[in-house]
Amino acid sequence: MGAVLVRAHPKQRRLHMSLFPLTPMNRRRLDNFRRNRRGYWAFWIFLVLFFASMGSEFFANDRPLIASYKGELLFPVFVDYPEDKFGGFEAHTDYRDPTVADEISAHGWMVWPPIRFANSTTKLDPPTPFPSPPTWWLTPEQCKQAFAAHPTAKPHADGGTCRDLEPEWLGTDADGHDVVARLFYGFRISVLFGLILAGISSVVGVFAGAVQGYFGGWLDLVMQRFIEIWSSLPHLYILIILSAILAPSFFVLLTILLLFSWVSLVHVVRAEFLRARNFEYVNAARALGLSNAKIIVKHVLPNAMVATLTFLPFIVNSSIGTLTSLDFLGLGMPPGSPSLGELLLQGTSNLSAPWLGLSAFAIVALMLSLLIFIGEAVRDAFDPRKTFS
Amino acid sequence: MKADAPLLDVRDLSVAFGSGETARTVVDHVSFSLRRGQTLALVGESGSGKSVTAQSIVRLLPYPAASHPNGEILFDGHDVLKMTERELRAIRGARITMVFQEPMTSLNPLHNIEKQIGEIIELHEGRGKGTRKRVIALLSEVGIPNPESRLGAYPHQLSGGQRQRVMIAMALANRPDLFIADEPTTALDVTVQAQILKLLKDLQAKYGMAMLFITHDLGVVRKIAGDVAVMQQGRIVEAGRASQVFADPQHAYTRMLLAAEPKGEAPPSDVSAKTILEADDIRVWFPIRQGFLRRVVDHVKAVDGVSIKVREGQTVGVVGESGSGKTTLGLAILRLIRSQGPILYCGRAIDGLSVKQMRPLRRDMQIVFQDPFGSLSPRLSVADIVEEGLLAQNSPLNAAQRRQAVAKALIDTGLDPDTMDRYPHEFSGGQRQRIAIARAMALDPKFVVLDEPTSALDMSVQAQIVDLLRSLQLKRSLAYLFISHDLKVVRALASEIIVMRRGKVVESGVARDIFAAPREDYTKALFAAAFSIETDASGAVSQ
Repeated sequence: MGAVLVRAHPKQRRLHMSLFPLTPMNRRRLDNFRRNRRGYWAFWIFLVLFFASMGSEFFANDRPLIASYKGELLFPVFVDYPEDKFGGFEAHTDYRDPTVADEISAHGWMVWPPIRFANSTTKLDPPTPFPSPPTWWLTPEQCKQAFAAHPTAKPHADGGTCRDLEPEWLGTDADGHDVVARLFYGFRISVLFGLILAGISSVVGVFAGAVQGYFGGWLDLVMQRFIEIWSSLPHLYILIILSAILAPSFFVLLTILLLFSWVSLVHVVRAEFLRARNFEYVNAARALGLSNAKIIVKHVLPNAMVATLTFLPFIVNSSIGTLTSLDFLGLGMPPGSPSLGELLLQGTSNLSAPWLGLSAFAIVALMLSLLIFIGEAVRDAFDPRKTFS
Repeated sequence: MKADAPLLDVRDLSVAFGSGETARTVVDHVSFSLRRGQTLALVGESGSGKSVTAQSIVRLLPYPAASHPNGEILFDGHDVLKMTERELRAIRGARITMVFQEPMTSLNPLHNIEKQIGEIIELHEGRGKGTRKRVIALLSEVGIPNPESRLGAYPHQLSGGQRQRVMIAMALANRPDLFIADEPTTALDVTVQAQILKLLKDLQAKYGMAMLFITHDLGVVRKIAGDVAVMQQGRIVEAGRASQVFADPQHAYTRMLLAAEPKGEAPPSDVSAKTILEADDIRVWFPIRQGFLRRVVDHVKAVDGVSIKVREGQTVGVVGESGSGKTTLGLAILRLIRSQGPILYCGRAIDGLSVKQMRPLRRDMQIVFQDPFGSLSPRLSVADIVEEGLLAQNSPLNAAQRRQAVAKALIDTGLDPDTMDRYPHEFSGGQRQRIAIARAMALDPKFVVLDEPTSALDMSVQAQIVDLLRSLQLKRSLAYLFISHDLKVVRALASEIIVMRRGKVVESGVARDIFAAPREDYTKALFAAAFSIETDASGAVSQ
């Protein structure tokens, strides 16, 4: 199937070759990756979700994308206009405020993103007390009450039905934030955190493993003992203690988790280096007079990269898992940040609002499953028995 | 059953790997037969399908990846290919037995000898009290001294030759009718090879079994086989009495094989030539540490006081059996491992230089390794591999000039420069070795260590590489240190030789004199084993 695909686009393939000189081995790996259909689809779905969440501001925001006011074209999503532009007096404009909205609609128009909430927008006129259920969940009775409770709402002549309410696809959480918006922003922050943490800890881990494996001897012995002691420390306790001392933020958490996560790759890389440093072509490179650094980068590292790349999706996964669990325990990101762990926590404390826990669970499960499927496909791609079959 | 009916009759056998479009036919309509007491040698270069043919006789191939599109294998009148797994098991190890090339991996490292051999006996004859006696009898039959005391030995405690003897004892345990030997001596030293071949011949004469002998070495065939079948690319191109085939080969390929032995004369020894490299009393001792404090209690003396002088345009051959310290000596002279003793390069002492100080000298001193598959990085193109040395030596050439230098090195080593953007796996073993030589030559060195550069190659390719090395030497007046266990190759290249054994020099001098009249017993035994596959009676060589 993969071969057929390649043959179908000869032009594209040639372009591909000229941009990245694919060795025949890498081409076979790419084909093997494609052959794992589940992993291949998971990869594309994940990419789409990832880039979509990068542009969360265009999908879920409490500001319009474009507005026209008195003949002037405005871009509120990029520019923070003061309210006096629209006849108010606040420093920032709340476009969701009915007064402002009416003012702009009277003198122009607005284009809103599909979800008119940002991650920390509080719903002003909830149909029920927070957490309020999705609007499609409400009974007509509840809707009528909602209109009655909010004099600013403009019911139709027949007293207002659920359709006239502002849509809440997945309801709000206990603080009145829209759940869909929270999920968008939470996904983004989780994936970014996972990728950055996995990236940095791979770089540190590969470097440490490379140095140990290539030079061996005392250096290796001392570092191995250090790593054994270091990795036998109880991580969670230390995390809890540290997050009590330091005010947690994205980068503080990243640094704390990095302290422990770099160890995971060292063993694999070290083993690869121990094996590869005695290869004849490494000896040949030494005889040619290459420096150690060059030998490591050019000849030995590519061997270790196979193991590293195979592990990477799983490291991303465990990083995301750690962040989510810290948030769930209330030790993670500062309050108010959009985080999937915090949403799960709200789900447990509001068991009468199942949309909180269920939607957070679905997103976490989807994200982790996609990454595991990708990881499996990557592992298949680098499997030498498959590569040479 | 008639007495003259063949024991094994292979008719029109084909073996294919894979299925559908990707199927490869490895053995192509092969027919031969074998009577009791007859020895047939299947000869061919690597990839000719000789081992696959042998393994299909007992159906040891990785089925269902392998398949037999046609043909039959009649053993004693029954078609092996149609037998059930149960019937096959009754034959394997009892009526048909096999000995493989690598005795270390063919023996289970966790079982002692008694258990390994006893298992085979009990498997086919049932458990009995006489097993230990039988094992001892078998061991003495295959020539293991003091068999009673060796019963508890594990494979790693035996030498390569002894391991192969144990394998043969296992194969003989049930008095087989057909004995298949798949390159049984290829992994062994020449002196041991001669002993094993003699043993096999004696045993065959004693028990009258049929023997199928698979080898790439025509010298071995000449020694052991009555009949020969020459295989090329899955087909038998010529078959007949060995004496007849050797005397009057009909097929071009057979003639090519027979002519493939390395020929040519080494340049005569010339003491007036400039000395390129001189080393005196080189020692490489590896410490043996014991006890809690890891005190050094003894040393493994890999190289123990070897002196050597290599002159411009000349070759010094270092010969010896495996473990004699030849390769270690080569690495020590290039300062790739630690050693004691002065090393002079063009009169300059290099034994005290640091790794950094050595780097510029690497341009003049190069090495070519044995295994052309391991010595080239699979991830770099040929151009990358060959120009690597130029880059490392901060050559002033720009990218285009470097490509020209690479092209020149490839042409010099007999390769097509248009192939420089391909990857090593697209080349054959001989071509790969040429690439490795081109990598060394691209730096225009003065001194090259050749560490068994022909050992991993087929006979016909060996001869070509020897010719290439000689012509490069002549053109560039290179100094070679040629390390090999293959005396035929050394004779074709070396002006002087050093015979090493257990880290020490046994005999050294002008190659022509030593080949004509070796002085030491060990050298004589080595030459007898290498050139005429004769065993030595004086006891100068070990088992």
